[in-house]
Amino acid sequence: MTAVENPPKKYKYVGTRPVRHDGLEKVTGKARFAADLSLTGQLRGVMVRSPHAHARIKSIDTSAAEAMPGVKSVTTGADFPDIDPAAPIYDESINVIARDEVLYHGHVVAAVAATTLSEARAAAAAVKVEYDVLEPILTIEGALADGATISNKSTRTLFLGQDDETNLASVAPFGRGDVEAGFADADVIVERFFTTKAVHQGYIEPHACVVDVGQDGKASIWASSQGHFAVRSKTADILGWGTDKIKVTPAEIGGGFGGKTTIYLEPIAVKLSQKASRPVKMVMTREEVLRATGPAPAAEIAIKVGAKNDGELTTIQSTMKYSNGSAKGYAAMLGAMSTASYRFPNLDINTMGTVDNTSKSAAYRAPSAPQAAFAVESCIDEIAKTLGMDPIEIRLQNAVVEGDITAMGAPHPKIGFIETMQAIKDSEHYNSPVPEGAGRGFGTGFWFNIGEQSSATVNLNEDGTATVITGSPDIGGSRASMALMAAETLGLDPMRITPIIADTESVGFTDITEGSRATFATGMAVTNACLELIDQMKQRAAMMRGVEADQVEWVDGAAIVDGQDPLTIAEITGQAKQTGGPLTSTASLNAAGAGPSFAAHLADVAVDEETGVVTILRYTAAQDAGTAIHPSYVEGQMQGGSAQGIGWALNEEYIYSDDGVMENASFLDYRMPVASDLPMLETIIVEVPNPSHPYGVRGVGETGIVPPINTLANAIHSATGVRMTDLPMSPPNILKAITLQKASNEQK
Amino acid sequence: MSRTHVNCTVNGDEVDFLASDDTSLLDALRDELGLTSVKEGCGTGDCGACSITVDGKLNCSCLMFAPEAEGTSIGTVEGLANGDQLHPLQTTFLEGAALQCGICTPGVLVAAKVLLDENPSPTETEIRYALAGNLCRCTGYDKIIHAVQEAAVTINAGASK
Repeated sequence: MTAVENPPKKYKYVGTRPVRHDGLEKVTGKARFAADLSLTGQLRGVMVRSPHAHARIKSIDTSAAEAMPGVKSVTTGADFPDIDPAAPIYDESINVIARDEVLYHGHVVAAVAATTLSEARAAAAAVKVEYDVLEPILTIEGALADGATISNKSTRTLFLGQDDETNLASVAPFGRGDVEAGFADADVIVERFFTTKAVHQGYIEPHACVVDVGQDGKASIWASSQGHFAVRSKTADILGWGTDKIKVTPAEIGGGFGGKTTIYLEPIAVKLSQKASRPVKMVMTREEVLRATGPAPAAEIAIKVGAKNDGELTTIQSTMKYSNGSAKGYAAMLGAMSTASYRFPNLDINTMGTVDNTSKSAAYRAPSAPQAAFAVESCIDEIAKTLGMDPIEIRLQNAVVEGDITAMGAPHPKIGFIETMQAIKDSEHYNSPVPEGAGRGFGTGFWFNIGEQSSATVNLNEDGTATVITGSPDIGGSRASMALMAAETLGLDPMRITPIIADTESVGFTDITEGSRATFATGMAVTNACLELIDQMKQRAAMMRGVEADQVEWVDGAAIVDGQDPLTIAEITGQAKQTGGPLTSTASLNAAGAGPSFAAHLADVAVDEETGVVTILRYTAAQDAGTAIHPSYVEGQMQGGSAQGIGWALNEEYIYSDDGVMENASFLDYRMPVASDLPMLETIIVEVPNPSHPYGVRGVGETGIVPPINTLANAIHSATGVRMTDLPMSPPNILKAITLQKASNEQK
Repeated sequence: MSRTHVNCTVNGDEVDFLASDDTSLLDALRDELGLTSVKEGCGTGDCGACSITVDGKLNCSCLMFAPEAEGTSIGTVEGLANGDQLHPLQTTFLEGAALQCGICTPGVLVAAKVLLDENPSPTETEIRYALAGNLCRCTGYDKIIHAVQEAAVTINAGASK
């Protein structure tokens, strides 16, 4: 847990590790997650889901269900307004509840609310739905086959401007230089085909909400989400309501990782509550979560990389295909960013997204980057091994720096890719011998990060404490980060600051906690509000001292007038009534200048060639945080991302039957890493401050999940000589690859 | 459906509640007794978020029917602290940042308490296997393992005084 501090620490509170403000509630069991809330007279809502992956709905008969004991309301797609397929909310609207066609196994067709959960379940089973079963499209290849069944009639190819029904969701090419000349001039060319399966975000808390539609027709929603303003606007758009008719209060969120940036339950719970005039709680089962909420896309990536004998990476050509699941999306084009880590003078990337009859994909931590980085970093590893070069040296030689152009065409701002790789190169791990019989792998990853809109209100209380109010749900310690930035700016002990996440009517609009943006953008709003408060306090201090405001300086949490005792925040707020009233400030912004975050990972693995089991002996992750506001939670993001990436690499996959039914929809069969699967996850925080943020924050949530897949693939190759190109690298797949390799060696 | 009258002890207090025969102990603890620290992550005994002790033994409350609790002594994380005195595990989890979203934390703490009661000085491997039934998706387990090790040191130092 070393920290490379560049420049050396200059802050009093930023970079310290106080106990998080919401910690006590979470270790004593008092924290309220959405499913923990209950209202008087509350009903339980249960979904009716499609047993088919693709079918036309002929009829829905709810009469038997309505007559069941305890049933208070029933809803179907007919209760929801038709939405123009070109409208941004369309795909989420039909994903929440099917209208004329079901698009995947588990797609909601109706819902029931009853006085108890078991009554609601019994009634849901009594809803009669007649279907015309259609052929399901289940793979990228199947979606793109000539004459393939149309998986979702509303799909039109993004960026093409055509109006034909299609399974092709998007095509987006990126290019520069001359790829043909580049390959002709290359000394080494590696050409490979990589495949990855759909994987789930795997948050431990299933989606949940409690909704109460009052006599005035206004819906109050308590929800577990990464962004309650988005819950409000999406629910409003799907219902055809105004946002003024919906108030959303954020419950604690039990993990999201991108999967809780969209909604599934809330519009249906609103309808059930409205019809029954009773509050309704809805909680998904784990099986529902796995079958019907967003996995990350499966991908197929054909790639060819050319290099010179001196290690210069000159040329990359790739076709990256991503399955969006049942609705169109931007997954494929995001994959192209994974080539943005190296200069590549010649580049030709074609990205394609497909639509099929698997559940609609959702964002998952650094969306689309892990799959593409698996391909790119595996090829670079192969080139380094072919040329006898050190895997870090070849990357250092080709790494992008500030001003280099990304695959998307924009120049990189100030970045710390070289510093991050150097941190691994200098680590004790890298400089220790590889354990006997093991293999070592190195790999990298990258994510742009985003800014978006945030608001913050900071209230100074009469005793000099402060309340920091934001609209960013805390999914991994952001309350503590907000308090630390406010503390640093005001010069106030972070334990005298109470960070609050307010409902949609108590704080300004704030976008979703996604794209590693909360500490960056919401932190910037908090800092701006605190700076404004300092101006206010200087004016109040000037009144108290009988001088002009420009004669007051703010130093270390106090107002200083030349030659007089400092006035503390508590002294200023204590006199607020006499100097003009309460001290409060609100700031809002659309943050520009998000700082890309690079990561480099190193793994030592042992592979049991008889069972195919991969054991990770040692794992080190380095990442550029810009500035680590609370280093423990930066490490936590790096470790959590690493563990998710390790699961994706070694075990996790959606397995579908030929009918499109997920066959492993439980935590027993969808095998995420448990404590005994992992070693300690060593972390090195690199700090190359982001010049666009007052404290240099880049945001650290996304990038950690990108390198593990490629790092482990490279380590497995070092250990066995087998180049794994298909995920997961699970025991049967490893065994198969080792057996094939042995057979091919014997033939030679 | 008729309901069974169940008497048991929860965190040292005698309690009683009514439950249908098909109600899980997890749902009874949450809905009848208001013990919402006991979480449902899967309902199939695979994630450990609903971990409780029944007569001192670690159990997934989602795998028990509520009437099975008759006459037993149940422990949840609500009973871990002694008044306002946190259990050493709670302290080391807070100080070591061993939680992120916090949904798995109650179950992890209950399982870790059972481990340390039975084995006051576990090795890293013993901790990892003892907690292998408690899924955490946020932390990668690293800080959880460290926090359990720290708590063991604290408890043993207190015991040797």
